Amino acid sequence: MTYLDHAATTPVLPEVLVAMAEQLGRVGNPSSLHASGRAARRVAEQSRERLAEALGARPSEVLFTGGGTESDNLAVKGMYWARREADSRRRRIVASPAEHHAVLDSVEWLAKHDGADITWLRVEPTGRVTPEAMAEALGDGEDVAVASVMWANNEIGTVSDLAALAEAAHAVGVPLHTDAVQAVGQVPVDFAGSGVDALTMTGHKLGGPMGAGVLLLRRDAACMPLLHGGGQERDVRSGTLDVAAIVGLQVATTSAVGGREERAARLAALRDRLVDGVMDRVPDVQLNGAPLDDVLAGGPGRLPGNAHLSFPGAEGDALLMLLDARGVECSTGSACSAGVARPSHVLLAVGADAATARSSLRFTFGATSTDADVDAVLAVIGPVVERARRAGLGRR
Amino acid sequence: MRLLAAMSGGVDSAVAAALAVEAGHDVTGVHLALSPDRQTLRSGARGCCSVEDAHDARRVADELGIPFYVWDLAERFTEDVVDDFVAEYAAGRTPNPCLRCNEKIKFAAVLDRAQALGFDAVVTGHHARLADGQLRRSVDAGKDQSYVLAVLTAEQLAGAVFPLGSMTKKRVREIAAERGFAVATKADSHDICFIPDGDTRGFLARRLGEQPGPVVDAATGATVGEHAGAYGFTVGQRRGLGVAVGDSRPRYVLGIEPVSRTVTIGTADLAGVTEVRTAPPTWTGPAPALPCTAEVQLRAHGAAVPCEVRAADDGGLLLLLAEEQRGVAPGQSAVLYSPDAGCGDLVLGQGTVRATGRPVRA
Repeated sequence: MTYLDHAATTPVLPEVLVAMAEQLGRVGNPSSLHASGRAARRVAEQSRERLAEALGARPSEVLFTGGGTESDNLAVKGMYWARREADSRRRRIVASPAEHHAVLDSVEWLAKHDGADITWLRVEPTGRVTPEAMAEALGDGEDVAVASVMWANNEIGTVSDLAALAEAAHAVGVPLHTDAVQAVGQVPVDFAGSGVDALTMTGHKLGGPMGAGVLLLRRDAACMPLLHGGGQERDVRSGTLDVAAIVGLQVATTSAVGGREERAARLAALRDRLVDGVMDRVPDVQLNGAPLDDVLAGGPGRLPGNAHLSFPGAEGDALLMLLDARGVECSTGSACSAGVARPSHVLLAVGADAATARSSLRFTFGATSTDADVDAVLAVIGPVVERARRAGLGRR
Repeated sequence: MRLLAAMSGGVDSAVAAALAVEAGHDVTGVHLALSPDRQTLRSGARGCCSVEDAHDARRVADELGIPFYVWDLAERFTEDVVDDFVAEYAAGRTPNPCLRCNEKIKFAAVLDRAQALGFDAVVTGHHARLADGQLRRSVDAGKDQSYVLAVLTAEQLAGAVFPLGSMTKKRVREIAAERGFAVATKADSHDICFIPDGDTRGFLARRLGEQPGPVVDAATGATVGEHAGAYGFTVGQRRGLGVAVGDSRPRYVLGIEPVSRTVTIGTADLAGVTEVRTAPPTWTGPAPALPCTAEVQLRAHGAAVPCEVRAADDGGLLLLLAEEQRGVAPGQSAVLYSPDAGCGDLVLGQGTVRATGRPVRA
């Protein structure tokens, strides 16, 4: 099996399994006052401190959530509500049209049900949002509740300069949230250094368990809760802490961030060999997003493990099916709830036409990827593309 | 063989896929998304392409351990089936959309794509027998679907596999239950899949708007009423005519003339026909030498009657029925069978009904 879909999810690291299994064998609610509760709390708080350290944050800025989607919802809705309550003129949300659906749909829900106005940011053809576009969209910022721009795009892998964007937002007094689900462990992410007010991350994209996420939220960032109850996480998020998931998330994050530089170089080399090899075999293939060697603010301008390619004349879902049948697992991007493949909103946002958007595949490398994975794709990609092109489009 | 199983989410296609897997074939499942209305997909309205049906199909595929994908054929389905359905009604005819879907979607667009992708054939849960290229009625006469498959050519049938033709629907449900499929007890679908509420007249009214016209009594030539759209009628229809003619004898729709929007009605003695003219036919195998005798079925759940089949000058068929038939509507398919009680009636082919003729009375 050739698993090249690490942007969807990653294999759990062995040390994560050990840490979680140890915790699952114990009783104790971290909110309880007795010895078992104290022991659980110690593990949870230790995890909070180590996570904070890995991400350049203070422990009190770490809020544990049920995953990336919850963190995005909490940041976008919670900050919108809090900022609007403080000043009723603040009804505008500024966001990139290439965001993950967890942000996009939250923003659109607020527009539909809660009086928000949306300003979509101008996006470069690479998928990047520039500080100029941010400043232009914010204007004087007086009517803006919150802005949100992802650190690295989950489909095409383009990185934006969050420090520069936060500076532009703060210049007009607007807080900035970033979805860094794909960025953490792949590119340098320093919460304090970036200046952003809220940051989403999740465990299962870097070797941790599913269902465990974090929202880093500055102490001075106002945010209303989505989930009410015991008030466990600074009264911004309620719910009994899942200690085993939290420790798993922490161990995975510490490992991913610690080994980042070395792994990034290895993944970029694998990715570059894949893209070069595909270009040799399918000469008219197009690379979407930023150039492979793109550099931004001293770091990679593109996720090192991401290759996003369009194969003109072939349908992404036919390519995916043919590769799947040959043991190669990759992704076409989004599908609706019934499973119908749809043109990627990210590609449409960067100006691609619907046919190009439908003809795309995403290959994403991770910690367990090897040269054999690249070889497996290169061995079949030529005939697969040829066959998919012959299969036509089911359209006229 | 490498087979592509079209999985609707119902029990028939689930069992068909299961039997193909158990027969040792390399099977991949696909669910066809046919609704152009993404809301329908998202909100899960009834119909053949709701979220629930896609989920049910996926569940079965996962239990079988076969790959499963959703293919978006909404555009083709809209053009070839839904738009055709509306246009046929607008022209005063009564189409069969399931037949059209088999002809243009399942055994054309899907089969072509499947073959291009390296599959040998498409497996479906249709109740019909297919062996050695010969299409025959199902052993379950009540569930037989050979009528809506008769339009397939030998080439299309060569790319089709129907594992359910030699078993009853009851047995299909038993097989599903034995394998623990949640769809074992799922209700049969009856409606036209793109009209989930079953209100065909309402659907056509939304598409075609109000098109009022006269209702004329065939016996007198008198206008006896008004209607809001001739598309709301089908030849042979008795109920819902909305007219009172004076006597209490039932009236039937005899004909629909789309240009003047005239719906002609008449009593039972005027409703029977003995001659049927069709468009140029399609054959499931070699074309039979004409004239010949056969049995003809003139609508999806009608009985078959003996007839003589002659070639007409326009390339179509002239069918001389042994018994008078009521409710033979232009647009329906006249499906010809060669009776065979042992192996199941053999489907010869079909022609779309264009016109009908009445017996000349002394």
